[in-house]
Amino acid sequence: MGEVALSIEQLTVEVEGREILHDINLGMKLGETHVLFGPNGSGKTTLLMAIMGFPKYRITKGKIIFKGQDITMLLLDERARLGIGMSFQRPPVVRGVKMRDIVAACLRGEGQEERIRQLAEKTNLADFLDREINYGFSGGEIKRSELMQLLAQKPTLTLIDEPESGVDLVNIVLIGELLNSLLEKDCPIPERKCMGLIITHTGHILDYVNARTGYVMLDGRIVCEGDPHEILKTIKAKGYVECVKCVK
Amino acid sequence: MRQVESPKTTEEKAKVASAKPAPFGEDIDLGIYVSSAKEQPYQTDPSKLPAKAKERMLEAGVILDDPGQRAGTFIQMDNAPVHSSVRQEGVEVMAVSQALEKYDWLSDYWWQAVAVDTDKYTASVELNQHNGYFIRALPGYKTIYPVQACLYLAKARLAQNVHNIIIAEENSELHIITGCTTASNEEAGLHLGVSEFYIKKGAKVTFTMIHNWNPEVAVRPRTAAIIEENGLFLSNYVLMKPVRSIQMYPTARCVGENAVVRFNSILVAGPGSSLDVGSRVILNAKGAKTEIISRAITTGGSIVARGYVEGNAPDVKGHLECRGLILHKEGIIHAIPELKGTLAGIDLSHEAAVGKIAEEEVEYLMARGLTRTEATATIVRGFLRVDIEGLPPLLGAELQRAIEASEKDLM
Repeated sequence: MGEVALSIEQLTVEVEGREILHDINLGMKLGETHVLFGPNGSGKTTLLMAIMGFPKYRITKGKIIFKGQDITMLLLDERARLGIGMSFQRPPVVRGVKMRDIVAACLRGEGQEERIRQLAEKTNLADFLDREINYGFSGGEIKRSELMQLLAQKPTLTLIDEPESGVDLVNIVLIGELLNSLLEKDCPIPERKCMGLIITHTGHILDYVNARTGYVMLDGRIVCEGDPHEILKTIKAKGYVECVKCVK
Repeated sequence: MRQVESPKTTEEKAKVASAKPAPFGEDIDLGIYVSSAKEQPYQTDPSKLPAKAKERMLEAGVILDDPGQRAGTFIQMDNAPVHSSVRQEGVEVMAVSQALEKYDWLSDYWWQAVAVDTDKYTASVELNQHNGYFIRALPGYKTIYPVQACLYLAKARLAQNVHNIIIAEENSELHIITGCTTASNEEAGLHLGVSEFYIKKGAKVTFTMIHNWNPEVAVRPRTAAIIEENGLFLSNYVLMKPVRSIQMYPTARCVGENAVVRFNSILVAGPGSSLDVGSRVILNAKGAKTEIISRAITTGGSIVARGYVEGNAPDVKGHLECRGLILHKEGIIHAIPELKGTLAGIDLSHEAAVGKIAEEEVEYLMARGLTRTEATATIVRGFLRVDIEGLPPLLGAELQRAIEASEKDLM
């Protein structure tokens, strides 16, 4: 088995003075993909944002250990350079900045032109390289653009917020393939150097991406951990009410 | 064309307007500037000009050492033309004084696009006329490379009075780069420049003007263009270096059907700089179109960014886009977009936005591994990037280089 590369210990997070996450504990090994379930407002996105290091998400207690290093006090960009990447659900439009520029920045000087072209083809965005980033993009285009940037960035830990939302059936297949590529699912587990933490509402993504651990979040706490397919089955059958009961 | 006024009438009108302030911008006291400077020697080979002058000119897009990619060159130092040459058939480049002697008909164009009594600055140009350039493309001739013109202020406290005439005859194509700059980084000066553009049927003119003044120079350009049927006027203006005060509001009048005008402006105001810059387009013929785009950044100075589109004919279309970025707490940007329509069935619109860099955008780029400084620089660079439709790629690349060269001063 791989080594534990992400360890979250008793993490408590405040947003604008209000405590949103309480005592979160979570561990992940290289090669693994974990899935977060939970109703709206349960704190899933907050957890991803806090791991990524957005300043608005203030860690008041606990710590995040990533690849053996305590990153709790590191800035957003320092964490990104250390190997944490995130797919934004609603990324901003940056006027005048072309997709090509951002992908080049993600590559940090590696290969460039040829590599950018390959990535654009892989994500079916060859015609988008000279477009302003996210300007007038459809839901599927945003997802693919985010994944293209992450494929260029090659993070060790990829954080993904609802990869299936706003995406049609054709796109979801491609997005599944891209996620698998990003998470090195084609390599045997011991050889993988990546891991993923995915938020999903519908669980659709589980049909395309294999995950071994699932969590249920309720009111800012992880209340359940187990096989994601089993968790999903319960949620589908009985809703989160069952999780609430189970906690009690 | 309007009936030509006798020179006397023009001079009289100028005299009447000699104390008339402009409606916008600081009222400049013309009395504090000297009006003439010593003659500068004519240079047949412009590469022999002093190295320092050439360097300053190069920063404003004027290449003298290797002008292979230029269709012609005109250089005026203070009030004296020091060089004019042509490298391409079908193009004329000369001092306007010389052109007035050569062509009787030129008086038909003199003060026909810009009114001589517009304000005290146009009046001063008429009353203290020193020179300027005449650039003309003959009918049907299309230039590949641009003609370059440089208006250079060398003497301290000088008032430079310039009157330029640009004519693109029917179905011609003319590209012009004008670089305006000073010898000194600190001496006061005044630049008064009248430019009249006449774009005939089916002709195309692109005019790219780069201003590199200094923090003590006041500038009052007075530009107007008349565009005939199927003509195109594309004006790009770049001001990224300090200046004390600049006020201009070039006006383009579409008088022929389907005439098209595009104005792009890139403005940066550092501390102490006061900019009042706009673009005005009057759509007087059926199917005429315009697009006005301005990008304004303040790093401590004040900018009034104006725009005006008036539609007076059927099926005209106009759009005005004005965006401002405030990078310093002392900076001010005042965007004033105006639209006027005088009949039904026209399509005029505008969008304006002024603000600071969105933190959300900075964080988005930081999440990709860029530092805060790199992310901010990327956003500013993107803000200043205007993809100009209709500009030849060579000129587009040069313009982008000129912008990038000044970007580092912003950070």
